[in-house]
Amino acid sequence: MNYITDPLTFTFFLQALAASAIVGLVCAVVGSFMVLRGLAFMGDALSHSAFPGVVVAYMIQAPFYLGASIAAVGTALAIGWVTRQGKIRSDTAIGVLFAAMFAFGIFLFSLIPNYVGDLFGFLFGNVLGIGLSDLVSLAILGALVIGTVALLWKELLFATFDPLGAAASGLPVGRLDYLLLALIALTIVISLQSVGIILVVAMLVTPAATAQLISKSFGRLVVIAGTIGVICPVIGLYFSFWLNSASGATVVLVESTVFVVVLLRMTVVSRHPAESGSEAGSAEAAAGSAAAAQID
Amino acid sequence: MTNARSGPVPNEALPGAGPVSTGHAGGIEGRTAARPQPGHPGLPGQTTAAEVVGRDLVSDCPSGSGAGVRMEAVGEPCPAVSLVDVRAGYGDRVALESVNLEVPLGALVAVVGPNGGGKSTLLKLIAGMLKPWEGTIEVLGASAGREARRVAYVPQAELVDWSFPVNVWTVAMMGRYPRLGPLRQPGRADHDAVATALERVGMADRAHSPIGALSGGQRRRAFLARALAAEVDLYLLDEPVTGVDVPTQEAIMELLGGEAEKGKAVVATTHDLGAAVRHFRSVVAINRRIVASGPSDIVTRPEVLAETYGGHLLFLGGNMGILDDSHHHDDPSGRERHYHEDGGGR
Repeated sequence: MNYITDPLTFTFFLQALAASAIVGLVCAVVGSFMVLRGLAFMGDALSHSAFPGVVVAYMIQAPFYLGASIAAVGTALAIGWVTRQGKIRSDTAIGVLFAAMFAFGIFLFSLIPNYVGDLFGFLFGNVLGIGLSDLVSLAILGALVIGTVALLWKELLFATFDPLGAAASGLPVGRLDYLLLALIALTIVISLQSVGIILVVAMLVTPAATAQLISKSFGRLVVIAGTIGVICPVIGLYFSFWLNSASGATVVLVESTVFVVVLLRMTVVSRHPAESGSEAGSAEAAAGSAAAAQID
Repeated sequence: MTNARSGPVPNEALPGAGPVSTGHAGGIEGRTAARPQPGHPGLPGQTTAAEVVGRDLVSDCPSGSGAGVRMEAVGEPCPAVSLVDVRAGYGDRVALESVNLEVPLGALVAVVGPNGGGKSTLLKLIAGMLKPWEGTIEVLGASAGREARRVAYVPQAELVDWSFPVNVWTVAMMGRYPRLGPLRQPGRADHDAVATALERVGMADRAHSPIGALSGGQRRRAFLARALAAEVDLYLLDEPVTGVDVPTQEAIMELLGGEAEKGKAVVATTHDLGAAVRHFRSVVAINRRIVASGPSDIVTRPEVLAETYGGHLLFLGGNMGILDDSHHHDDPSGRERHYHEDGGGR
């Protein structure tokens, strides 16, 4: 028995690997902007608010991508709009809207007379159930998200780093904000099948948070996050296959383990800066401890 | 006093250098509703809050005949910034009202005033980031925000996330992004502009340092490089010399003075009245409205100080006063605490 090659003889496993790698990559790239923008909570909110869209799509037999997209993008724009009115803080707006949307999803779900196993799949993810057509739409949507980020890389970077300076020099920071929210919503939608509504925030945030601990430039941060985002799901899927554990949860646990290991490593380095010797080492340690403080 | 300015034109119009209040190569004109103040006729080169209601300064407009000519003697000015009857605020809290201000190209203007007095708000209005409730704001001949690519804005240091993974080169290159647009990548000209800007601020050797590893002064230089690389006509800087060492202050102000000499307009907030007098040619003192404007040494006048800082000012007699302003209490780490006007209302 070969632990590595045996699962590869199954088509569903190969498709799951491809789907997880795509989802992991897209989540990590978009998540990098989210983490630096302080939008982690927003990611959690948007994934939960996709739920009623999924349920409605199920009820009317529409493609779930459509229902989830409408619900998530709609909520993202609503949060952005409510926040821009300046009457309440954005985290308050997020808290109100996301709980309401998720409650609406559960309400609709409870109205469905028969037990529906697929919907649980959307809550917790089931990447092993992804078919070829799912994989194709996943790849197309993923390419769309990454392509948009690549096209507007400079603008998104400037607006993320210094929104005031970017706005003053003529970048449409408001529209870029909405675009980023829409990209987050779309990323969540394409991730729902593999990791599920409840865990997708980890796919978005954890690789970027790990990369933030060890990178000094934004480009490198995204590359490291993307690498973690591709490799961890592959490892997680093997664990899931051999342990017969839930795929989404296993992938998230692998990513979280990597984060904790890197965090502990950076903490040790920053506690003993003399050990690292070089100037670069201590700068890295300083960056690490700053990032760790932020995550706390 | 050190003359921190340099440039192709020798500056003979330093505030306090002589009775030449009319001889500014660049200045501002504030048409304010300031209450008339008792004048100090015996002080050459100084202007009372009431006197500066009239036009008293000069720009580098093509129509002007150079330094030393009063604005009203020439044709129309070419203001970089013009605010007329502006009233603005956040939520339902008024931050600024009755603001009438004109800043010509070539001006080097300090905006002074107490915390919460509206300094940063004024910059945001000029930058087009905050829309006025009433009044009109024209910047570089168009409504505020329209000519944004000709404007560089440097935020307060404490509003920047210094743990952001970005290096000095990239920060400076950001100044080029607006003119590049989404589809174009930085080319030769952009690289040259960034390299030149980093050279000018003395940060060429730190180009690849992450901003988190820089000192306070170096961080300010990096942002100034971004503004220079953008090759703009109007610089808006929020507290550019706050909390930086004196050599850096001098270097930054020398560069900004040079830009003003080239006909660019520079508007910078500062809570450091000494820096305002030393480094700027003109000053606007604001406390929810324009209290006074004119040559920068007007901020040493008791009546201007009193009206600008109100109860925060303790008079010791003569022209001596102490400002009871939180900006002036350094904390032990050497960094300054800030209580800004847009913190409380939201």
